[in-house]
Amino acid sequence: MARSPFPKKISDSHKRVDLIFSELPTEKTLQKIIKMTPDRIIRDITDSGLRGRGGAGFPTGRKWTYAREAEGDEKYIICNADEGEPGTFKDREILDRRSGKVFLGMAIAAKAVGANRGFIYLRGEYSYMAKDLLGEIDEFNKLLTSKSVDFKIELRLGAGAYVCGEETALIESMEGHRGEARNKPPFPATVGFRGKPTVVNNVETLVYATMIISIGPKKFEELGTKYSHGAKVFCISGDAGLKGMFELELGMKTDEFVNIFGDGATKAVQVGGASGQCVPRKKFKDTILGFEGVPTGGSMMLFNSSRSMYNVLKNYLEFFTEESCGQCTPCRVGCQQLLRGIEAVKTGRLPNTYLDDLIRVAKTMRITAKCGLGQSVANPFISIVDNFREEMMHF
Amino acid sequence: MGGMINLKINDIPISIEEGASILDAAKKINIQIPTLCHHDDLCVAGNCRVCVVEQAGMKTLPTACSTPVTEGMEILTNTPRVLGCRRTIIELLLSEHNVDCPHCYRNVNCELQGLAEEYSVDNPKLISLVTDESVEISSPSIRKDSSRCIRCQRCVRTCAELQHVTALCVANRGAEMKISTFMDRPMDQVVCTSCGQCINRCPTGALVEHNYIAEIWDHLGDPDKYLVVQTAPAVRVGLGEMLGFDPGTRVTGKMVTALRMIGFDAVFDTNFTADLTIMEEGTELLLRLKKALLDKKPVALPLLTSCSPGWIKYIEHEHHSLLDNLSTCKSPQQMFGPLAKTYYAEKAGIDPAGMIVVSIMPCTAKKFEANRPEMKVSGYKDVDYVLTTREFGRMIKQAGLDFKNLEDSKCDSILGKHTGAGVIFGATGGVAEAALRTVYEIITGREVPFKNLNITAVRGMEGVREASIKIEDCVDDWKFLEGVSLKVAIAHGLANARMLMKQVEKGESPYHFIEVMACPGGCLGGGGQPIPTNREIREKRAKAIYEEDESLELRKSHENPEVQKLYEEFLGKPGGRRSHELLHTSYTARS
Repeated sequence: MARSPFPKKISDSHKRVDLIFSELPTEKTLQKIIKMTPDRIIRDITDSGLRGRGGAGFPTGRKWTYAREAEGDEKYIICNADEGEPGTFKDREILDRRSGKVFLGMAIAAKAVGANRGFIYLRGEYSYMAKDLLGEIDEFNKLLTSKSVDFKIELRLGAGAYVCGEETALIESMEGHRGEARNKPPFPATVGFRGKPTVVNNVETLVYATMIISIGPKKFEELGTKYSHGAKVFCISGDAGLKGMFELELGMKTDEFVNIFGDGATKAVQVGGASGQCVPRKKFKDTILGFEGVPTGGSMMLFNSSRSMYNVLKNYLEFFTEESCGQCTPCRVGCQQLLRGIEAVKTGRLPNTYLDDLIRVAKTMRITAKCGLGQSVANPFISIVDNFREEMMHF
Repeated sequence: MGGMINLKINDIPISIEEGASILDAAKKINIQIPTLCHHDDLCVAGNCRVCVVEQAGMKTLPTACSTPVTEGMEILTNTPRVLGCRRTIIELLLSEHNVDCPHCYRNVNCELQGLAEEYSVDNPKLISLVTDESVEISSPSIRKDSSRCIRCQRCVRTCAELQHVTALCVANRGAEMKISTFMDRPMDQVVCTSCGQCINRCPTGALVEHNYIAEIWDHLGDPDKYLVVQTAPAVRVGLGEMLGFDPGTRVTGKMVTALRMIGFDAVFDTNFTADLTIMEEGTELLLRLKKALLDKKPVALPLLTSCSPGWIKYIEHEHHSLLDNLSTCKSPQQMFGPLAKTYYAEKAGIDPAGMIVVSIMPCTAKKFEANRPEMKVSGYKDVDYVLTTREFGRMIKQAGLDFKNLEDSKCDSILGKHTGAGVIFGATGGVAEAALRTVYEIITGREVPFKNLNITAVRGMEGVREASIKIEDCVDDWKFLEGVSLKVAIAHGLANARMLMKQVEKGESPYHFIEVMACPGGCLGGGGQPIPTNREIREKRAKAIYEEDESLELRKSHENPEVQKLYEEFLGKPGGRRSHELLHTSYTARS
């Protein structure tokens, strides 16, 4: 689908940015990478303040440093293109239009940590892209060979499980096992794919790595705020006046955001998809969209006053109940209890005080579930139940 | 690696080897952390989450079982936050668990129930998620009740890691996630070996043996029935654990007394047929060696033991080309059945039609074995019922016996006398040792050259062991074996057996004789033994087995006077026609 036209000016304080989809000459950039030392690459990425763009926000420079320092006769770079968070559709567009910059990002990471094989793990639902992507990968691999770069990229397809976006579940899936998160530590940077040091980065993160190498870390670092450097592709959906993908500086206040993208009746913004936080109208003013406030992997869903937040939450819980891998107790059983619980309160079978018992369950899930999936179910649950308690019973 | 890590648990400093988990460290200083999915025999899963602890500097609570210790780590195991989370997790587990405890076979011996009690989960606040209470009963050995399953996957790991069988697997995800089988087929239509190791590791009553306690009581109350019972060697070193004794206590004499008090008409011993097995299998080995070395004819070697019915079902599924290598000898249990209903019935003047043969076994696969269609050579079902050690322990409790204070007594004649060689069948390596004691003596006319007859090379808990005895100064009949080194190997746990079988399949096996037991530790670690069973307990039971062996006057199967009498009066000679009719069998390739 074509993008919506950009407005000329997004906000007074924050700029619209054009890094992700800008054109970049692949071969020339590759030559620049070849000349750089691993130390220099890691220093630039670290100095830029880049953090993972998939949602968790782990500092990229630090991840690469761990993988570089880890012992291993082989190391791997995995591009996480298992874009499954509801309301996110940026990675597909990036791979469709700027795959070269993704490959370059992988090559940069490979050079930094000393890897010679890379994989793109593509979401099962995006399998229609595989054919084109394979052709482009092939071209890129030939280019690498012609420059005597010992690095090769391959494509792997997921099978439709949301949990495989979690990096260790992704690795399990790539190894041919059930898509289930591993115990951490050890983290993939030291023990990853086939037990070897592995860097798993989101598509968008890798493109920013490419751009940081291209424009220098300082220009990137200057964007955004003290704790949220750089920019981010936002995917805007729901009751929005303006929908689609927008690359914006990080650190914008939610009320500014709603003023631009809302439809005038916005009562809540779900930041970060089903696993993210719900920001209600009364908190728009104080909530920064960034790591110091509410972070997002890209998904921004707007809800206006015609929507029942009960239905929104129920939809998310149905999603998690189905997408939990099922191995750990808090997530497998907790999701079902939260869903069945709000249904019981809604229909009056259980008193509204039962919501407090459910919040206790959600809080336990947040700190005891095995992976990010189970831990993050508490985000929508607590933020929606706390802020829209009445709607849990009456709307 | 190999360095020491310093950390603090509840402010107590402790030093432990690198690579240890928080749980290991806590155990070292006697701090209890609850577990459910963890089992000493299995790899770490970290999926039940009840072992969560607090770690300084971390927002989330790591699991003690899966988190390795790191230098300077500070752990708190009993803060209100930790205890609250554990209680919630136990409540979650109970909400997907069929909490009809009084009707559960594992009532009072259930790890989940224990934790529910410990954490005072007294009012069920969460909604019950149990919908389907149906029990899968297609296997004669194992009952699978998914409504009591807490998805800890101990069974799946047991089946995959210890047994390399993977009859049990995880299917689906999220709310639908469950323990299943290939294509969700019934248990009797998959590669399940009936070994019951999964039962032994299930923390709840989701996997239990198919129990026949009620049927046995019915028969005991029927004056027209004559009940004959046999007990396997490993039962006497495990049974005590259910009745107030420490692991590793031998209760042979009390067990025999209890069987009589319960009302069995004749109390015999599977050790008797274990001795008989050595006579038959030893002869078979010698005949195969003769055919190979002297006659230079093709013959299947190495000879594989056939005492363990879980192992038999496994090889029938997995290694079709090796079925000829299996000894044609039935297991001691199935040798006993037809002898009771022919030889003993005749001698005692009892109509075999009214005779019920009951086995007390450390094994669940024996239930399957007794039900094999070919096991009817006496004209009746050779072994009518198989009870596990656990079922028998329960019967003793039901009968109200003061087991601890029972007098010792001895088995009845003529199928009760046994030697130490029969006893050690209960431990991994025991069959090989018993066979060597007899075979070596047949060949050379001398006792095996080991102090006190203890062939220590074949003992122990290593997964695969081997031993070799050089044969010198043979008696005339066996001169062709002069100078041959008789090589034996032992495997316990089917994962270890698979390694040896791959070698045999490739034609690279250097052995003449391989003993395989399906269960880790051999029968003493069988799927029918008291729960819990773990490495430490297996070692104690093994020690007791070898003590029992040494306590007996006769230590070699061929010296068993009742076995000698059986050949004289009834069977003729080992490997003879009647032996073949009653004591030998054939195998079926299974898909």
